[in-house]
Amino acid sequence: MSKILVVAEHDGSALNPSVAKAVACAVSIDSAEIDVVVLASDAAAVAQEAAELEHVSRVLTIERPENSYAISAVLAPQVVAISGNYTHVLGPSSTYGKDLMPQIAALLGVNQVSDIMSVIDSHTFKRPVYAGSGLALVEAPADSIVIGTVRIASYSSVAGGNSASIESVDVSVDLPAHTRFIELKSGVSDRPDLQTSAIVVSGGRALASEENFDLIYKLADKMGAAVGASRAAVDAGYVPNEVQVGQTGKIIAPDLYIAIGISGAIQHLTGIKDAGTIVAINKDEEAPIFEVADIGLVADLFDAVPKLIEALD
Amino acid sequence: MEKILVGLKRVVDYNVRVRVKNDGSGIETDGVKMSINPFDEIALEEALRMKERGEASEVIVISVGPGEAQQQLRTGLAMGADRAIMVESATPVDPLSVARIFKTIIDRDGIDLVLLGKQAIDNDNSQTAQMLAAIWERPQATFASQIDMNGDKATVTREVDVGLEVVEIDLPAVISVDLRLNEPRYVKLPDIMKAKKKPLDQVALDEFDIESAPAIKELTFEPPAERERGVMVDDVAGLVAALKDKGLA
Repeated sequence: MSKILVVAEHDGSALNPSVAKAVACAVSIDSAEIDVVVLASDAAAVAQEAAELEHVSRVLTIERPENSYAISAVLAPQVVAISGNYTHVLGPSSTYGKDLMPQIAALLGVNQVSDIMSVIDSHTFKRPVYAGSGLALVEAPADSIVIGTVRIASYSSVAGGNSASIESVDVSVDLPAHTRFIELKSGVSDRPDLQTSAIVVSGGRALASEENFDLIYKLADKMGAAVGASRAAVDAGYVPNEVQVGQTGKIIAPDLYIAIGISGAIQHLTGIKDAGTIVAINKDEEAPIFEVADIGLVADLFDAVPKLIEALD
Repeated sequence: MEKILVGLKRVVDYNVRVRVKNDGSGIETDGVKMSINPFDEIALEEALRMKERGEASEVIVISVGPGEAQQQLRTGLAMGADRAIMVESATPVDPLSVARIFKTIIDRDGIDLVLLGKQAIDNDNSQTAQMLAAIWERPQATFASQIDMNGDKATVTREVDVGLEVVEIDLPAVISVDLRLNEPRYVKLPDIMKAKKKPLDQVALDEFDIESAPAIKELTFEPPAERERGVMVDDVAGLVAALKDKGLA
């Protein structure tokens, strides 16, 4: 039986939704125990949220002033210090987990299983390669600890309602001061979160300007949707980087994805292949997005989108 | 800052539509165009710009992999790197072992900054930079979209899920680069000729006395589940009807 440690991503005050999905991945491994570790300067609120997740046995908190902001070189040695009791350490395949988990693996002298999308058994997993053009069945060494990141779009969150015990852990390791957090520039918006929203409206290069992207925002507001974009739209400066969907942006799995003026390069499609329904509006009938769209409309977006907004009234 | 080390991985070109082999034993790479991993090319471009601004004196490119990767190193030299190191291995090398090889070169040559792509577009692992920083016990700044050098420090803007994060790191350090950091230059013909005279050291992998790391074994490959082509509607009214039909509007 496996004993699994899940590293909790959080922003200092709230647990990231990715953690409930990483726990779901842990549940699919034949596990006797699933613990969640929260590294923070003040872990109480985040630990409380983690303790409510179903299947979690214990929440461990490591509180140090150095943990007030996530610096992987600071966090990794602390996770390593408590990893001895576990067969697996998992984190989300978010920028937080991608930054941190390979450090933990390297300190433990193992390679990492990146982007686990399904579990075959305790040491065998499926993961995407070549932007999802292939799925590889991979096997981690049977006699060493498994360090992995979980492809969040492949899992549904575990339920809440649990009340796992919360235990504070003292870890005495020297922490480096060579990396300093300066600031976070965030396009704070009260729109739904791109990674968890049930509906996402995305715009591409065909929007042609930052001003025109307002059309996407208007449709998204009408539908209660999060806003996404193709790499081309981000590169052109129409929208900030955090809304990019695809191989090098976010991998999402909404119930409904509406791609507007997006041609559908493979690098974009890899970010949406788990969506429930894909709708595409594009004036080029040859656009590859139509090969994967459940509902396609060949039309000029500047004509179709205002009509769609009106029709949804 | 004296020396910058840049890793260049040989991968299937970005524009090739790759396919899983029919027998599931791997990805079809026969006769397929190979290139420098696009993120690594951006890392090299950044290193060259640093050198051109007088922030570094030498740019060294390194590849760990099949001997054919010399082509990618030659391209790197033609872009402007000063010298190249080819660490040859007939079989794939796992990320931790690559990190350990880089660490050996760092100790041997005295490197101040390592610039790497944030991931290779073949295995999409995104591990080597972070692993190198961990075993070197030096700072890392991953997914960089802006790098400002300031003596023995660097201020790096990172593309993270919630926006842009700015960190300050002490050198020496490892930085992994993202797409929007820069646009790599094109190689000109005279530069290709000049690059032929630049030094390219070949070292066999087994000349490195590194601890071998257990690899994650790739057993079989399968193509992804295809999404079926859906219905085409004629107009917005048809689209709204189709959405209502699915209970989505």
